[in-house]
Amino acid sequence: MTTPTIASKHVDERLSHLGPVGRLLRRPELGALLGALAVFALFTWADQTNQFAGPAGAARWTDSAATLGIMAVAVALLMIGGEFDLSAGVMVGSTGLLMGLLVTRWNLGVWPAILLTFAFAAAVGLMNGWVVMRTRLPSFIVTLATFFALRGINLGLTKELTGTVRVSGIDGAGGYGSARSVFASTFWAPYDFQITVIWWLVVTAVATLVLTRTRFGNWVYAVGGDANAARNTGVPVVRTKIALFVTTSTAAALVGVMTALRLRSVQAGQGVGEEFTYIIAAVVGGCLLTGGFGSAIGASLGALIVGQAFIGIAFAGWNTDWNYLFLGLILFLAVMVNTLVRRRAEGARR
Amino acid sequence: MNPPPDTAPLLELDGVSKYFGSVIALKDVSLTVEAGSVTCVLGDNGAGKSTLIKILSGVHRNDAGEYRVKGEAVAFSSPRDALASGIASVFQDLATVPLMSIWRNFFLGNEPTVGIGPFRLFDVAKAKATVRDELLGMGIDVRDPDQPVGTLSGGERQAVAIARAVHFGAEVLILDEPTSALGVKQSGVVLRYVRQARERGVGVVLITHNPHHAYLVGDRFYLLNRGRLTASYTKATVTRDELVRAMAGGAELEALAHELDDAP
Repeated sequence: MTTPTIASKHVDERLSHLGPVGRLLRRPELGALLGALAVFALFTWADQTNQFAGPAGAARWTDSAATLGIMAVAVALLMIGGEFDLSAGVMVGSTGLLMGLLVTRWNLGVWPAILLTFAFAAAVGLMNGWVVMRTRLPSFIVTLATFFALRGINLGLTKELTGTVRVSGIDGAGGYGSARSVFASTFWAPYDFQITVIWWLVVTAVATLVLTRTRFGNWVYAVGGDANAARNTGVPVVRTKIALFVTTSTAAALVGVMTALRLRSVQAGQGVGEEFTYIIAAVVGGCLLTGGFGSAIGASLGALIVGQAFIGIAFAGWNTDWNYLFLGLILFLAVMVNTLVRRRAEGARR
Repeated sequence: MNPPPDTAPLLELDGVSKYFGSVIALKDVSLTVEAGSVTCVLGDNGAGKSTLIKILSGVHRNDAGEYRVKGEAVAFSSPRDALASGIASVFQDLATVPLMSIWRNFFLGNEPTVGIGPFRLFDVAKAKATVRDELLGMGIDVRDPDQPVGTLSGGERQAVAIARAVHFGAEVLILDEPTSALGVKQSGVVLRYVRQARERGVGVVLITHNPHHAYLVGDRFYLLNRGRLTASYTKATVTRDELVRAMAGGAELEALAHELDDAP
């Protein structure tokens, strides 16, 4: 029954040979890797302090990239699954504020407060996902509503309870020391790398493993690539997408807790506007806005590019007001590259 | 009076009808599908082919008559139900994700895993090897299972979908117009896979409006017209020309030809 003669007769006609270069071009993170190297080279050259390329500089730009990277990875998973979460940025503020209020207003220990904060974040993610799946509205709209609702609550509730626009005094609570050592300490004196860098690497590694080597990862690609086809083959589409929304909001809680413990206080406006930086990092890392394609490592590299750029602009002595122009430019470049990559991947179909 | 299961046909419709409001989509349709044979359902647009395939694959439920699988009456409520009974459908949209690799698509929803409990991992090596073997068995040499399905041709994607259904134990394979969007050469490729599936003992239901394609691989032919079965043949009792003529309206067409000839 197995007839190699038939097979070989059709090989040339139906399979074009893909060389090592073509194979490499198919990787979603390639553009981001090249971009990261280029940005590193650019700012090493422009550096006025002579520290950018050394460990002191690295401690700065990895700090900038770490929390951004944690969020970018979660947002990337959600984007691969075909959805957006515009409330991801403000959730960082909401969760930080909630933890702060729990320890300063209700005198909870830091650890129980962290636990409750994660539960709250998971509930919001669940709600985002459930509403999106239930109403079949674009997640862009649903999470935009969540974004503004949370933004209002953050400011209103903080002012109502504290009389100011910040929750401070978190370091006075029980368990602050141990929690800070887990979420907000530094290592490698005298350069003082942030512990968040370790978290970032672990989150990236776990996300990569899940995405490429588990059933769930296969489902994430499928629900983003073609939800209908995924449903027809028996993939639990609703469950998969909701899990991704929960992952994103939980990641926001992690970053919110980290930020609150590090700064000892949380501003009511914390995180607002950051959601687009996460999306930019994910897109720069090779995620398609249309879903179904991308990688966690790519998103991390995207975050690294943004982190390097923000710190590099300061180290180069340039005016940091121009930061966002740079973000806009690399986003545009990345989308151009990604579009080319996708055309290659999808082949002649469209 | 059902026949005993061991001699009962794989799949059987007995006087099946389907109504959508006041529209009679199917009326009193009876057909049988045997293991290791290709059953063709032929019909023009609006003949009720789509309704028939949807009943067979579990998307719709019949309003009258009986649907039997191996002699047992069934009432599927979803395609998943039908799949659990070994009835797999390859729809025109193919249920493959273009951006995903062949091996990821092949095992989508049925991923093999290694390890225990929550730490189970997708057995990628096994998946890739299985895909290569299965597709080779159907006469496709996939040198690169990592290739995105979107880069395959229409015929190859049909083949991946067919190979997947057969691999996961489909006893009945329902193909909805598998050649309608394909060129001559590609159609030939797909028809070869149909024949290969039959050789593996699968009962194939081929829905098509192309009598030429049907005649090449079919063992039994049912003609559907305006929701009713108008004729049924076996390969031995019909020639290709007869099938084509029957498809095209047969007697009506001849009458029309006479009328045109007689006109002054």
